[in-house]
Amino acid sequence: MFYREVGQFKTNYTADSQVFPILQDKLGIIAMLVIAYLIIPLAGNDFFITTVMIPFLVFTLATIGLNILVGYTGQLSLGTGAFMGVGAYSCYKLTTIFPDVNIIIMVLLSGFFAAAIGILFGLPSLRIKGFYLAVTTLAAQFFLEWAFIRIPWLYNYNASGAIEVPQRDGFGGVVLAGAAAEPVTRYLVVLSIVLAMTWVASNIIRGRIGRSWMMIRDMDIAAELMGVRPLYAKLSAFAVSSFYCGVAGAMGVFFWLGAAEVESFDINHSFLFLFMAIIGGLGSLIGCYMGAAFIWILPIIIRALPGALGLDINAATVEHINFMMIGGMIIFFLIVEPHGLARLWQIAKEKLRTWPFPYS
Amino acid sequence: MNMAVKPADANDGRANAPEVMLDISNISLSFGGVHAIKDVSFNIHKGEIRAIIGPNGAGKTSMLNVINGFYHPQVGEITFKGNTRTQMRPYVAATQGIARTFQNVALFHGMSTLDNIMSGRTLKMHKNFFWQMLRYGPAMQEEVEHRERVEEIIDFLEIQHIRRTPVGRLPYGLQKRVELARALAMEPELLLLDEPMAGMNLEEKEDMSRFILDVNDQFGTTIALIEHDMGVVMDLSTRVVVLDHGEKIADGTPAEVSSDQNVIDAYLGVAH
Repeated sequence: MFYREVGQFKTNYTADSQVFPILQDKLGIIAMLVIAYLIIPLAGNDFFITTVMIPFLVFTLATIGLNILVGYTGQLSLGTGAFMGVGAYSCYKLTTIFPDVNIIIMVLLSGFFAAAIGILFGLPSLRIKGFYLAVTTLAAQFFLEWAFIRIPWLYNYNASGAIEVPQRDGFGGVVLAGAAAEPVTRYLVVLSIVLAMTWVASNIIRGRIGRSWMMIRDMDIAAELMGVRPLYAKLSAFAVSSFYCGVAGAMGVFFWLGAAEVESFDINHSFLFLFMAIIGGLGSLIGCYMGAAFIWILPIIIRALPGALGLDINAATVEHINFMMIGGMIIFFLIVEPHGLARLWQIAKEKLRTWPFPYS
Repeated sequence: MNMAVKPADANDGRANAPEVMLDISNISLSFGGVHAIKDVSFNIHKGEIRAIIGPNGAGKTSMLNVINGFYHPQVGEITFKGNTRTQMRPYVAATQGIARTFQNVALFHGMSTLDNIMSGRTLKMHKNFFWQMLRYGPAMQEEVEHRERVEEIIDFLEIQHIRRTPVGRLPYGLQKRVELARALAMEPELLLLDEPMAGMNLEEKEDMSRFILDVNDQFGTTIALIEHDMGVVMDLSTRVVVLDHGEKIADGTPAEVSSDQNVIDAYLGVAH
């Protein structure tokens, strides 16, 4: 009833190819931005910002990275955790070697190291596909995990084997990273990076390069015939994907965890992001947000529910119920819509456009 | 067998001395012990509609695959626009101006009709990664330019109403048409159509025939066509080459081919 594009005419192709061509969508996005930039920093407490919002955003970025590879290019990868680790360790090395450079620049630069490693481990994709490729990315996961432990230079010969975030100041002496950094500052930095990189990802995907990825995904033989070189398409997807994962990893350590060792980048994390991408919707950017929210925020809400309702259930029981509910919901959603939450959202919007007269 | 050795341009009414666009000489292709193509030679003139026909398993699709570089023949040479080559990647074929459609529709199923046709413009788009990231300035300008071209093709093939539909949801006949649109978006000089009318009803076949003739006429695209519907082949094609068991058994105008005893034997069988 309210969600209509009636009367909103496009008179040129630029306007026709917008991400949010409908006015109502634009208003919705503006409302979300206001909530993200004003209401959450002002109203949210430190717990909410540190344990809910920052990890949610970091995971979203990693899921976008993985989705570029799996959802848009069709190359199955289980090395997300390791590529995040590459970003985190290279950011740590960069900022300890050049302590005066702004940490945000270092976080973004570390993405390039992850991209380089991603290209290296993406080379097998030129010969192998599907599950077999997943196994070779598993090799990346194990090799890099080994490197994070066995090459002490990476963590500056720290006795604990962990990387610890030193204090880093940014513009006008605001502490950006380290123990003294305000959660709100870190949140705003992470939010801005994630939104900017989502915007860039959507641009790439809608352009020539993104189309060539999807061509490879949908029909690689036809793609080659239309002038896509599989070498360039696949390796560029690996590079961009790993760049995103690397930045996510660096942000995870510098703006969220504060310290990390190899366990933060193990295979469980790789699976976690794959689940986020699948539940959110492969080949959808908004799905990455939904998937990360589903897997990260929903359990936190379920955990907080008994206390909020005044029920006296012990923590272990709540945790068991939590696992059961999340597991059940994953199965439910995947049966209802195998293409993920993003597709459900899309169907809901299509229905809404004709509601309440679906046949008119 | 006299058809095969007939001068190729003898019956071409379009030009006095037709320019040879593609020349295939003595191609042999085998997969292990299976000889898919045995010593086949023929040529395709610029601007003609050339049909390749033959019973099932005659090697027609293999022939198209050889032309656009999927298969590499063990023996023989292919000359396209004066460049001779024995082996070539499909990517190079695409850059030289060879486009094709597939026997089983090979559309990009996760993409909309519009994106599928836009994908045909890949080779013509050159703006670098940086501009692509911003989708602004030159990249956007390029995108709009190509969108205009794509919209012309959409109008030409009368598929405006399915512009935004994911191709997986389209009926088969329309999928075939979108595939033709995608090939046309490459603005090819040589268009290879592998059974463009397979599985269509009469009306759809007539539509498709009209489009093929229009493409040939308006864009001057040279077309090589594999088709099983003899009525269509006889009506559309300028010249026909007939393959059977990987060998060329006839080559000439539709009228010549349809009265050739070898062709009749191949299609109807011979009494033993």
